[in-house]
Amino acid sequence: MRPVGDGPYLQVRDLRVRFDTEDGVVRAVDGVSFSVERGKTLGIVGESGSGKSVTSLAVLGLHDPKRAQVTGEILVGGRDIVGLAEEEVRRLRGRDMAMIFQDPLSALHPYYTVGRQIAEAYRVHHSGATRREARQRTVEMLGRVGIPQPERRADQYPHEFSGGMRQRAMIAMALINDPDLLIADEPTTALDVTVQAQILDLLGDLQDEFDSAIILITHDLGVVSQVADEVLVMYGGRVAEHGSAQRVLRQPQHPYTWGLLSSVPSLHGDADADLVPIRGNPPSLINLPPGCAFHPRCPHATDRSRVDVPELLPADEPSHLVACHLPEPDRLRLYQEAR
Amino acid sequence: MVRFLIKRLLSVSLTLFAVSVVSFLMFFALPRDPVTGMCPKNCNAERLERVRQELGLNDPKVEQYAAYMKGIFVGRDLGSAQGGKCEAPCLGYSYVNSEAVTDTLGRVLPVTLSIVIPAAILWLLLGVGLGMLSALRRGTLIDRLAIGFSLTGASMQLYFVGALLLLIFTYQLKIVPVPHYTSILDNPLDWASGLVLAWIALAFLFSAIYARLARAQMLETLSEDFVRTARAKGLAKRTVYGRHALRAAITPLVTIAGLDVGAALGGTVITETTFGIQGLGRTAVYAVRGGDLPMIMATVLIAAVFVVIANLVVDLLYAAIDPRVRLS
Repeated sequence: MRPVGDGPYLQVRDLRVRFDTEDGVVRAVDGVSFSVERGKTLGIVGESGSGKSVTSLAVLGLHDPKRAQVTGEILVGGRDIVGLAEEEVRRLRGRDMAMIFQDPLSALHPYYTVGRQIAEAYRVHHSGATRREARQRTVEMLGRVGIPQPERRADQYPHEFSGGMRQRAMIAMALINDPDLLIADEPTTALDVTVQAQILDLLGDLQDEFDSAIILITHDLGVVSQVADEVLVMYGGRVAEHGSAQRVLRQPQHPYTWGLLSSVPSLHGDADADLVPIRGNPPSLINLPPGCAFHPRCPHATDRSRVDVPELLPADEPSHLVACHLPEPDRLRLYQEAR
Repeated sequence: MVRFLIKRLLSVSLTLFAVSVVSFLMFFALPRDPVTGMCPKNCNAERLERVRQELGLNDPKVEQYAAYMKGIFVGRDLGSAQGGKCEAPCLGYSYVNSEAVTDTLGRVLPVTLSIVIPAAILWLLLGVGLGMLSALRRGTLIDRLAIGFSLTGASMQLYFVGALLLLIFTYQLKIVPVPHYTSILDNPLDWASGLVLAWIALAFLFSAIYARLARAQMLETLSEDFVRTARAKGLAKRTVYGRHALRAAITPLVTIAGLDVGAALGGTVITETTFGIQGLGRTAVYAVRGGDLPMIMATVLIAAVFVVIANLVVDLLYAAIDPRVRLS
């Protein structure tokens, strides 16, 4: 069911997700907009609690309507899923949009074989498929994601798989219905570094083959620089910076992005001097600091930062958006100095 | 699997041996002479001594124990005063009931099984069902009612609930007969109507606990990552809850249920007393009161066997449910 229209496959406009809790209203996502085209990868970056996972769950329509209030627009293939009946969204889930999670061990059911869990994902969207067809497709997919002896592995349980193999199995499950959108929530965080690279390569290959749009959620800028075409930096449920990967990573204009970049260890030069952590902690989403949410941790905060919420405005080029009160020339100068 | 069973059977034998030794020794530690139970009237020292001799109570303790064990495995001759030849498994002759212990057990065991097994099925279905329902409807009126039910059940005693049920259904409304036991083979309807109040009372108290456990387990499972994966696949809620969440949530309940059922089979004294039904529990109590050694030994051993079997069944069930559990 691929829509004919052009335009990005996924368009999110002014997404807001609120949770009413006993302690107050949590504004987990507060006015976020972005879009992803087929064949492209958007990296969403931020610390824990920045709203990146909540955003992705909203795109899949996985928030419990009784607990979370989702507003804005989420256009999947041109169709707005906000406010759509649960049954309609369910049909899209796993077929048109799929998700892989951070920890594949806890994301797979411990009591069912890997093959059965993958086949289940196929059969729920192919009601005409026989058990044998689903099985055949499962083994095929397991082979496709690089699992050796897929026929035998399909009958094993998740605990019999290694971490990397489990994540491959999750990817096989996510891609078995050839979805147009794949959301990968920290897909490599729980894996060791060599396996990380393999999984990222695999995702890239599969993207070329299936031409899906990918959202990659991570706190690891190294991962983003490897695979993302576009980067969205989130802070306190809002967008801090958004643009092409090239711009955001090479000419970042938001002090928070600078902080993220300088807290990544570099292989060149003096390790101790290079690594500068961002001081302080991510803000509470119940009591966001007024003005720019980042101002208490920002070394360049101005009086205005403490009062006004900065708008997300185009910077050096129209598609590079930055939410910061610093005048643009100052940003460039400060970033040069900081390096 | 086979190795596991062999190992378990060995440890089971050891457990039962220990139980038999301890109960045997405890009987002799009791501050009363077992023989006094044998002749309530007209007892003189000479007569008591004769009985003592007949029963072998003057033999060394080790010999008495060995004779008892021999009876269980190969049978023994108890002498004319105690019914003569006693076939294996011989659990001895009851001084108080004047019959072989196995005969008494053959009568009271079906009673206890008839009380506990249907009650267990009822309390598991009711408890788990209610717990699941309230977890899935968390915060709603149904959930609140279920919690209220749990609290009520958990804070009540069987003799109170039982007496209340009797008062209402048997004596006021007169829709349930006075509790009694008929064999299910003779008259299934009478069997059920005679025990239904006991089932309800037990099921009410136990299901209250199970509802709470099941609710907590289900809520915990619903927040698991694999439940989120199941939803992300596009599975219908029914499948997510039924196939993915429920299976993981009931696993810990299986353990507790197995142990509870095992313990309940070992004796439901209070239930039997409340409803005036003669089962294993009351038999055990009478045996202790009457100083009836063979009967005490038998009831203690049977109770231990139930607990041990329940443990074994729980382990096997666990392995069947959870593929990560390896029996070795």
